[in-house]
Amino acid sequence: MNESKLSLVVRSVAAWVATFVVFFPLLWLVITAFKTEQQAIAVPPELFFAPTLDTFREVMDRSDYWSYAKNSLITSLVSTVLGLAIAAPAAYSMAFFPTRKTRDILMWMLSTKMMPAVGALFPVYVMAQTVGMLDSLPALIVVFTLSNLPIMVWMLYSGFKDIPPDILEAARMDGANVLGEFVHVIRPLAMGTLASTGLLCLVLSWNEAFWSLNLTAAKAGTLAALIASYSSPEGLFWAKLSAASLMAIAPIVVFGWFSQKQLVQGLTFGAVK
Amino acid sequence: MAFLELKNVEKRFGSLLAIQGVNLAIEPGEFVVFVGPSGCGKSTLLRMIAGLTEIDGGSLHLAGRDITRVPSSQRDLAMVFQSYALYPHMSVFDNMSFALRLANVDKAVIREKVENAARILNLGSYLQRTPRELSGGQRQRVAIGRAIVRAPKVFLFDEPLSNLDAALRGQTRIEIAKLHRDLGATTVYVTHDQVEAMTLADRVVVLRDGQIEQVGTPLELYDRPANQFVAQFIGMPPMNVVAAAALPSLSKLVGVPLPLDATVGIRPEGVSVLPAGQGAVQAQVDLIEALGADTLIYATALGVPLVARQNTRTAWRVGDAVGLSFDPATLHAFDAQGKALRTAGA
Repeated sequence: MNESKLSLVVRSVAAWVATFVVFFPLLWLVITAFKTEQQAIAVPPELFFAPTLDTFREVMDRSDYWSYAKNSLITSLVSTVLGLAIAAPAAYSMAFFPTRKTRDILMWMLSTKMMPAVGALFPVYVMAQTVGMLDSLPALIVVFTLSNLPIMVWMLYSGFKDIPPDILEAARMDGANVLGEFVHVIRPLAMGTLASTGLLCLVLSWNEAFWSLNLTAAKAGTLAALIASYSSPEGLFWAKLSAASLMAIAPIVVFGWFSQKQLVQGLTFGAVK
Repeated sequence: MAFLELKNVEKRFGSLLAIQGVNLAIEPGEFVVFVGPSGCGKSTLLRMIAGLTEIDGGSLHLAGRDITRVPSSQRDLAMVFQSYALYPHMSVFDNMSFALRLANVDKAVIREKVENAARILNLGSYLQRTPRELSGGQRQRVAIGRAIVRAPKVFLFDEPLSNLDAALRGQTRIEIAKLHRDLGATTVYVTHDQVEAMTLADRVVVLRDGQIEQVGTPLELYDRPANQFVAQFIGMPPMNVVAAAALPSLSKLVGVPLPLDATVGIRPEGVSVLPAGQGAVQAQVDLIEALGADTLIYATALGVPLVARQNTRTAWRVGDAVGLSFDPATLHAFDAQGKALRTAGA
C-alpha cells in the first residue's frame, strides 16, 4: 500500500470515528425513545428489544406537546423574520457605506456573543418582569432576536461584501432608491446569504433552551421546556425523556436535512475567495 | 448659461483636499474628456457629477438647475463604469431596460428602445443572454446600451475601455466616437489614456492634484500647453524639456531673452537627426525604436537626453555620432514654476 492510499485509509477511519462519536448520542436517544422505562435503565443495555410507542403516547397524554411545538414555531419564525429585518439594513450599511468604526462595531457585536448568557439573566429577567412579559412569547421573541442579531449581521455582512459596489452604484444611476437597490439588486444577488442566515437563526432559535427555561413557565414554554420537564425532581424517566427529546428535535432535524446545502453555504461565506 | 456647470467644486477626504475649487462649463452636445495621471482626481470629479461622491464645497448645475444635493437616482445622468457593473442576475434585455422599468415606462416603448439600442450596438442576438455569457467587449457594449436607452441629459464614462485588450480598445473607441456623432449627447469621459482623450474629445480637461491645469481642444493643448506639466503629459513620447542653460544652442532659437532658471521644450517631431557636423548641436545615438510608421531616435547632446521622431525608416545605428537640428516653430519655454512663456514662434 503506498503512502497516499494509507493516508486516505487513516483519514477515512478518523472521519468515521469522529462521525460515530458525534452521532452516537443521537442514535442512543432514538433507540431509548422506543423502549419501556425498564428497558431504558437495564444494565447491560438491551440492544435487541421489541420497539414500543408507549412512551410517545405517555408524553402526549401527560404534556400538551402541540402547545409547546406551536410556541417553538412562533418564536423561531417571528424572531428570524424580525432579525432579518433588522440585520439586513445594518449589514447593508456596514458593507456598502463603511466608516472607520465599522470594523470595531462588528467586533463589538461579536464580542457580545462571547459573554455567557447567564451574565445577562438577571437584568433581562427583571426587565421582562417589570414590563409584565414573563412567560410570554413576545419576551422570548425579543430575546431570541437580540441574541441572534450579531451572527445574522456578520453573516449578511460577509455575503453583501461579495457584491461589487459598482453594481449598486449602477442601480442608483439607473434611478433606483435604497429600497429599489435592495429589492432589485441585493435581494436576488444575496438570496443564498439571506436564506442561509434565516435558516441558521431558525435552527438556533428552535434549539434555544437557556432563555426559554428561565423566562417561561407553562404558557409560553417552547419544546426545550417540554424536554426539561421530563428531567424533574420526581426522577429521570429516560424513555419518556428520550421520546420527548426526539419529538422536539425531529422537526428541526428534518428541516435541517433539507436545507443543509444553504446552511453550509452560509456558514462558509467568505471562507473561500 | 452652460448646460453642465461646476462652480468652485471641492471634495475633502479627511484632511486632504482632493478636488480644489474646480470651475468648468460644459456646453450641450459637447464631448469633454478628463485626463490626468493616477490620483489626480478625475474619477472623483466624475463621481461628484454623478452624485456617487458627495460634493463638499461649491455647486453643480445641470440645465440651469442646482443638482449639488440631488441624489444620483434623480439627476437624469447615465454612467458607464470601468468594471461594466452589469446586473449579473439579469439578461442583457433586462439590464438595458432596468432604468425604464423602474420609471414605469410602457412595455412596448421599453422593447422598442432596447431593440433600437441593441441594433446600434450589434447586440440584437444577445438580448436573452446573461452577462457571464458575453465577452468583455460585448459586456462593455451592453453597459453603453444601458446608458443609451435612457436618453439621459449627460453620459458619464469612467475609464470604460481600460479593461479591454489593445485591439478591442481601439475598435470600441471608434464606436464611441461614432455613437457620439450620431446621438449628439453631452458626454463627460474619464481616461488616463491620452490617445483616447485626443481622439474623442471636443475639449480636454487636464487635471493634476485635484486642480484643472488646462482646458482646451486637443490640438490647443498639444500646440499651446499652458505649462510644462500639460506639455509633457500630452504627446507620446513626451515633449523634450531641458534647462535653458544646459543647451544654449536650443535656447537661443526661442528668440526672446529667457530667465536663467527657465526650461525649453521641443516636441520629438521638432528634432531632426542629421549627419555628424551638421545641425545646431552634436549628439550620440543611444537607442532606436522602429515603430513601423514612425522611428524614435534617442540621443544625448552635451549630456542632455533628447528624443527625435521621424516618419521615415532610419539608417542610423546605436552609437553613431549625429547632428541635431531643431524646428523653432515647435519650441516652448517655461519659467521656473513651469508656466509657459511667450516665445518668438508662439
